[in-house]
Amino acid sequence: MTEMNLVQAIRSGLRGALQQDENVLVMGEDVGRLGGVFRVTQGLQKEFGADRVLDTPLSETGILGTAIGMALHGLRPVSEIQFADFIYPGFDQLVNEAAKYRHRTAGEFHVPMVVRTPYGGGIRGGQYHSQSPEALFIHTPGLKVVCPSNPYDAKGLLLEAIRDEDPVLFFEPKRVYRAVKMDVPDEPYTVPLGEAKIVRPGEQVTCIAWGAMLYEAFTAAEEVAKQGVDVEVIDLRTLWPLDIGALVASVEKTGRVVIVHEAPRTCGFGSELVALITERAFLHLEAPPVRVTGWDTPFPLTHEHEYLPLAHRIAPALLETARY
Amino acid sequence: MHVIRDDGSLDPNFDPGLSIDQVVALYKAMVRTRIVDDRLERIQRQGRIAFHVGSLGEEAAIIGAAAALRDRDWIVPCYREVGALLWRGYPLQRYIDHMYGNGGDPLHGRQMPDHTVSREHRYLAVSAPIGTQIPHAVGIAMASKARGLDECAGVFFGDGATSSNDFHAAMNFAGVYRAPVLFLCRNNGYAISLPTEQQTATRTMAEKGAAYGVPAARVDGNDVLAVWRAVRDGLQRATSGGGPTFIELMTYRVGGHSTSDDPRVYRSQEETDSWRKADPLLRLRKHIEQRDMWNDELDGDWRAVCNAEVKECVRRAEEKPPPALGDLFTDVYAEQPWHLREQQAQCVDGSRAIDEENKS
Repeated sequence: MTEMNLVQAIRSGLRGALQQDENVLVMGEDVGRLGGVFRVTQGLQKEFGADRVLDTPLSETGILGTAIGMALHGLRPVSEIQFADFIYPGFDQLVNEAAKYRHRTAGEFHVPMVVRTPYGGGIRGGQYHSQSPEALFIHTPGLKVVCPSNPYDAKGLLLEAIRDEDPVLFFEPKRVYRAVKMDVPDEPYTVPLGEAKIVRPGEQVTCIAWGAMLYEAFTAAEEVAKQGVDVEVIDLRTLWPLDIGALVASVEKTGRVVIVHEAPRTCGFGSELVALITERAFLHLEAPPVRVTGWDTPFPLTHEHEYLPLAHRIAPALLETARY
Repeated sequence: MHVIRDDGSLDPNFDPGLSIDQVVALYKAMVRTRIVDDRLERIQRQGRIAFHVGSLGEEAAIIGAAAALRDRDWIVPCYREVGALLWRGYPLQRYIDHMYGNGGDPLHGRQMPDHTVSREHRYLAVSAPIGTQIPHAVGIAMASKARGLDECAGVFFGDGATSSNDFHAAMNFAGVYRAPVLFLCRNNGYAISLPTEQQTATRTMAEKGAAYGVPAARVDGNDVLAVWRAVRDGLQRATSGGGPTFIELMTYRVGGHSTSDDPRVYRSQEETDSWRKADPLLRLRKHIEQRDMWNDELDGDWRAVCNAEVKECVRRAEEKPPPALGDLFTDVYAEQPWHLREQQAQCVDGSRAIDEENKS
């Protein structure tokens, strides 16, 4: 056990994967000599060589397109897209190629690849270093989408994603890259995909969040507890395939649900969660499901704390929902 | 580069030295591909299949390249290269079943016609978006190199694909990593309606290689022996650690882009007719006839064999039932998640029920 932040835990996971499986390789812009702009891959090229930790030319299409080819031919590439905001030049490769390869070849070929990318706001990154595009990938059949909130889950989910036979988008909450620390085993271990986790049990309102906003949801829950409202906070961890059972069980108990995400509200993943919960737990609902999200605007610089669904916006939503 | 001269003799400076049996086999494969194409085009016109994208006039570029690669080398197709797949022994019945999207289609009717794939034949999947397969070939070649395998990847694409961002990314990665890959650009004159001279301001496609440090060759794509020679040279470079090669195969799309196209809108009949004279089949036939290995009788017999074969495959394909509806819901992921299990039940059984297991 070593105390690690998210950056260190992800690096520890990558190191474990590179040690365990000679077919794993890490690739992306500046991931080798520099160790990545967030230093997640620091030291890995020195340890494993430039053939296994590849500094690539500056092209998301090239990174993701060649990673698909490698995955089709026995390797397990873990690509880094420097910021989730820059993923779009490679969007076609992800949604039309990686996602569909198994289905369109009736299982003759598949693409076991992981795409790591830091997402989300709160680092004064403005429009192009703050986006949360997870819903675009959840909407695409064939992709799995993971978003850890803490170092232990990040390492375990990453190792599981690398072993997974399907393409996995791995969104890393850069706002809390270094802010969250906890004891993490030094050796490799896995956390299963598709399992949510109750991080704060409660009886009156279910609050669903993931990634960096999990902490805001938790803070808001503690805040409203002082006013007598008991909130159950659920960390989704894997966004898709979704742990629908955990969500429905919680809402059947509380009858009330608040969903928090950074991405814009319209057609955000919260919309789908509301639909699924309403379809399955309608007769248990005591209040309209509520979404506390980013606004339907491009992500701002100056007012990013008014854009993000921080605790000061979540707490009133929890109170209103509890008292509805 | 030309090998087969107008009079049917071979230029000794470039003759790749294939045995006459190999050359006849190339000719027979080209004829078979054309007969399959012709039959598919006609049954599409009759409304019996949805679509076909043929290779009329480009058989030498496709089959010559496939023949120069070794069985262990990968073929990463665009969508017009089924001749290469058939050359590798893919069963014609399976291909025709795929064209019908029937229960015999290995892809369960999921894909449009002519979107074939075969791991057994080291032939990657066809994808309709242009150019997306090019970086896959580079990735495959990088994997071959990383795993120490003596392999090369040959990727087909048209002149239009040289405008796609995937092309530039792939060429650049191949140059940087010296990947054992062959870029096989079938320059057939048109990207649907757009002529090559409006696709690019460069005089040739081959000169684009220089920008990425990729050696390039430009050959007569209607001369199957010139194609064979150029691809084999590239293969030797790739497998001896010399990295990628770009090969521009100069040819002409005599047919429409696909059965959905009408080339009369954008080009003259005279233009197309002039290319019919440069037919790669006529050219090769002249050579093998000159060597007394072919004649009208042999030609007629072979065409009859091919026609009977494709006719029989079509007959059988039309008797097969459609694929099972439930097949739509498999292979989305390695294991079927709850939501697809639920949607499969809704689609197949008409049930609106929510999977009990996942209700709570």
